Amino acid sequence: MSIWEYANPKKFMQTSAWALPWLTGLSVLCLIAGLIWGFFFTPDDYKQGSTVKIIYLHVPSAMMAINAWVMMLVASLIWLVRRHHVSALAARAAAPIGLTFTAIALVTGALWGQPMWGTWWAWDPRLTSFLILALFYLGYIALWQAIDDPDTAADLTSVLCMVGSVFALLSRYAVNFWNQGLHQGASLSLDKEENVSDVFWFPLLVCIAGFVLLFVTLVLMRTRTEIRARRLQALLARERLA
Amino acid sequence: MIPDLGKYATAVLGSYAASILLILLLVALSVLRGRRVKRQLAEVEARQGKTNV
Amino acid sequence: MIALLIRDLRLAFRAGGGFGLGLAFFLLVAVLVPLGVGPEGATLAKIAPGILWVGALLACLLSLDRIFALDFEDGSLDLLATSPIPLEGVVAIKALAHWVVTGLALTLVAPVLAVLMNLPVDGYLWLVVSLAAGTPALSVIGAFGAALTVGVKRGGLLLSLLVLPLYVPTLIFGAEVVKRGALGLQVGTPLLLLAGITAGSLALLPFAAAAAIRVNLR
Repeated sequence: MSIWEYANPKKFMQTSAWALPWLTGLSVLCLIAGLIWGFFFTPDDYKQGSTVKIIYLHVPSAMMAINAWVMMLVASLIWLVRRHHVSALAARAAAPIGLTFTAIALVTGALWGQPMWGTWWAWDPRLTSFLILALFYLGYIALWQAIDDPDTAADLTSVLCMVGSVFALLSRYAVNFWNQGLHQGASLSLDKEENVSDVFWFPLLVCIAGFVLLFVTLVLMRTRTEIRARRLQALLARERLA
Repeated sequence: MIPDLGKYATAVLGSYAASILLILLLVALSVLRGRRVKRQLAEVEARQGKTNV
Repeated sequence: MIALLIRDLRLAFRAGGGFGLGLAFFLLVAVLVPLGVGPEGATLAKIAPGILWVGALLACLLSLDRIFALDFEDGSLDLLATSPIPLEGVVAIKALAHWVVTGLALTLVAPVLAVLMNLPVDGYLWLVVSLAAGTPALSVIGAFGAALTVGVKRGGLLLSLLVLPLYVPTLIFGAEVVKRGALGLQVGTPLLLLAGITAGSLALLPFAAAAAIRVNLR
């Protein structure tokens, strides 16, 4: 009973079919519970006032924006090595989700920074890195759409994902270097640098769990759609030839 | 009901509104596309089911 | 391999080969930016390193789709792929040809344009050094992007979207070298990082590009 059994499209469809309702319910529950807890039942921060409430959206979405790309990288490697179509399609399915999380991280980051810095956008290293990540996501999605043959598209986007990962890391360091003098110590991250007290930490955990579950739910849902779309493409091609 | 957000109301409420909007958009698009593809596949399979095995 | 290099260079320098295009674009950037931001010397001096680097970057971008597309269309790329030269070598040679025609040319012309942008005197040397160190990376990264999109019709825009984020580290460190040099500060760190990125790209990307070409030739 190895995980590779799920690489079989049929098995994947069967398993995801029964898992999806549970995952949907669980993710909705966690998200709503976490956000309500965080929004209504936590105090203000002595330094940041009520803007600390943005943490319940900003941190989970930023984490998932990165994790989605990592998942795509792993799925791409599995495709290149073991040629499991489900893996390639899962990577394709995850990209728009990652892009959306990146957008949420950017918007909430900008809105959080506005009261602190007085501008609607600040070239803070973290925000800038996420902007670049958004561009990587866009390029990846665009390449999938530009190539007709599914296997060729899977191969090329996998290579792009791998090279992109290296350069995304390089960009992260470059952007830190680029912005060294500015806003030192006053960056947005409340999570690691400061001691996040329990009253903020527990609702944050629930929200993170909610975002993770949301990601898994949507990836499974979208991968099912990709598998069907692939089958549809093949059947239509057969019709055209017949 | 809504806690006193003070002068940061736009930032906080804007963040929540924008995030929820983006998530709902993503879910809606994913579900709609999923249903459309499922329907199209069923159509083609029914069509081909009559002529092929 | 030398024959391939000479052939590509000859094709590039011929009319319609795109040689002058990159240089002309670079000149345009150096003219348009002052027109856009105003002639005040201090402002121009401050943004000169970045503008010159962005201009060089965009000028390199212009001729990227020619690296493989023309050979792909007339079947020469198939021949090159099956020739005794490893495909990775072909990629490296083509990137080199692209660099000679764009990056090298830009590096040599840059000091003239720096005059237009009012770059401080101390910055000139570092402008040339940083461009010399960084533009090979632009060519080989561009070759990788061109390899990915070689089968896409009118893939120029897609190519730009894929390649520009990959250019970010080179751009940041390159511009930083010129900025610090112009102020008389130490340029060691960004220069080393810039050179490192170029070296790493030259070593690894030909393999990725060759893999992409093989996929596209299937």
